[in-house]
Amino acid sequence: MDLKVNWVGFVTLVRKEVIRVVRIWVQTIVPPAITMTLYFIIFGNLIGRRIGTMDGFDYMQYIAPGLIMMSVITNSYGNVVSSFFGAKFGKHVEEMLVSPLSNATIIMGHVAGGIIRGLMVGALVTVIALFFTQLSVEHPLITLSMVVLASTVFALLGFVNAIFAKKFDDISIIPTFVLTPLTYLGGVFYSISLLPEFWQTVSLGNPILYMVNAFRYGILGVSDISIGYAYLIVAIFVAGLFTLNLVLLNRGVGIRE
Amino acid sequence: MHALHIRNLTKTYANGVEALKGIDFDVDAGDFYALLGPNGAGKTTAIGIICSLVNKSSGTVQIFGHDIDRELEAAKACIGLVPQELNMNQFDTVLNIVVNQAGYYGIPRRLALSRAERYLSELRLWDRRLDPARGLSGGMKRRLMIARALIHEPRLLILDEPTAGVDIEIRRSMWEFLRRINEEGTTIILTTHYLEEAESLCRHVAIIDEGRIIEDAPMSTVLRKLQREVFVLTLADTPTSAPFLPGYETVLRNDGDIEVAVDTNHDLNGLFDALDERGMRVVSLRNKANRLEELFIGLVEAKQRNAAARSA
Ligand SMILES: Nc1ncnc2c1ncn2[C@@H]1O[C@H](COP(=O)(O)OP(=O)(O)OP(=O)(O)O)[C@@H](O)[C@H]1O
Ligand SMILES: [Mg+2]
Repeated sequence: MDLKVNWVGFVTLVRKEVIRVVRIWVQTIVPPAITMTLYFIIFGNLIGRRIGTMDGFDYMQYIAPGLIMMSVITNSYGNVVSSFFGAKFGKHVEEMLVSPLSNATIIMGHVAGGIIRGLMVGALVTVIALFFTQLSVEHPLITLSMVVLASTVFALLGFVNAIFAKKFDDISIIPTFVLTPLTYLGGVFYSISLLPEFWQTVSLGNPILYMVNAFRYGILGVSDISIGYAYLIVAIFVAGLFTLNLVLLNRGVGIRE
Repeated sequence: MHALHIRNLTKTYANGVEALKGIDFDVDAGDFYALLGPNGAGKTTAIGIICSLVNKSSGTVQIFGHDIDRELEAAKACIGLVPQELNMNQFDTVLNIVVNQAGYYGIPRRLALSRAERYLSELRLWDRRLDPARGLSGGMKRRLMIARALIHEPRLLILDEPTAGVDIEIRRSMWEFLRRINEEGTTIILTTHYLEEAESLCRHVAIIDEGRIIEDAPMSTVLRKLQREVFVLTLADTPTSAPFLPGYETVLRNDGDIEVAVDTNHDLNGLFDALDERGMRVVSLRNKANRLEELFIGLVEAKQRNAAARSA
């Protein structure tokens, strides 16, 4: 593998992805900002006042990290799935396929684009959150690493989705039927200690729970689960999903007859 | 060394269509090579395999000695492709499209920008560089794909029907351009349904039909095989029936012109002598079809006759 070619190619891909996000900012940046503002107003401000505290924090503070993580996750996923599926649909994926870029670089370029969009939106949502509540970051390193890792996992998942997608409907099925439920059940709005024991155990099978909790730990210093465990799970997902994508691309699944 | 070396290449699509049934051909470095064949013959499939857009079923493909099974990246780096169907991001600008493509080949941005200026200017697109691709006309989009294919200065340029839907003037300027880059050393493979284009540009022809190569020879050799040529003559006095000219088969056309078939044993002097004797003055003379076209039609028809004979 020619490292120089792949490095220049990677930078080109990332640049292209970022330009795409900025060019269509009305579709990429504005909607999550609006949704999250509504969440903060309704759940945090109006309803949250009646809920009181959760794990020792007022409700608004408690859900803020979860909502930031939720927007990072959905936007990382959404960016990769729509960009790569769009490239398949418009056939310009062929521009990459004929070039000497390695498949790993193609994956990493798109994933990096997804992470950047996730972080841009995450930063914006954080700023919005600061209008409603105060956040001090307890463990900056954990906060930052967890948000990047979670965003990587979902960017990789978005890539898998794009590989298998054949029509536009296929890129909204997984977000609607899998991603959104898992996010809502992933402890964004509540501590799983509120759940009956059975549902607590079931919740532990939800990878998003680990990411949300580790991220919340980074900001507030409280978590339902062990942080080390969260890192392990996220690392396994990153490695597993990257390998899966690589195998799929090498075989030409969804991109080559 | 061959620019392209193909052996026993087959492709069966998932739906069972056998698009290539074992083709062999070599393209010499520096050649200008025509890959011809009727619709559905398998040209685009073969090109797809060469450029890694289609997985082959079996066979060997080498590009400048790099086997696509073993040295895929080196092989890809040698090729520039102008595909049959538009495949650029319609929302991206002309300049971004070519510069990004350069990036995929590892060309630093600064160099890519200066090359983009050169190729986009040559293809008369520089003024449109900031327009999104969807705002270009069909012919401009084709030229954009040519610029994009050349941005990494490939040793082998493959053009799959680059002049489809391109007006005469632009087509001629494209020919000139292709001739020049071929003279400068780029090997070119061209598919086209305009046979006069292949005849005027290419030095070698391969004809593929139903997934098999049915002809593969230098252009001059192929044209020499042509047994007869048909000319269309306009006479000063429109005849009422086809004139009898010994040794030449003649047909009177509806428009009053006559068609004269001249085979390789006869020459045009004899034809004119015969016309002179009958006091017929020729106002104009033209080929009924260009020579490669006649040969092509002859080959494909012969194959259909054989097939009919076999099934009868
Ligand atoms: N993706 C595909 N799936 C199934 N069959 C295909 C596919 N692409 C092409 N074919 C079939 O393979 C055969 C060869 O097609 P191909 O596109 O290679 O022809 P071609 O020589 O390029 O024709 P044209 O001059 O029309 O471009 C045709 O029978 C076509 O229907
Ligand atoms: Mg074709």
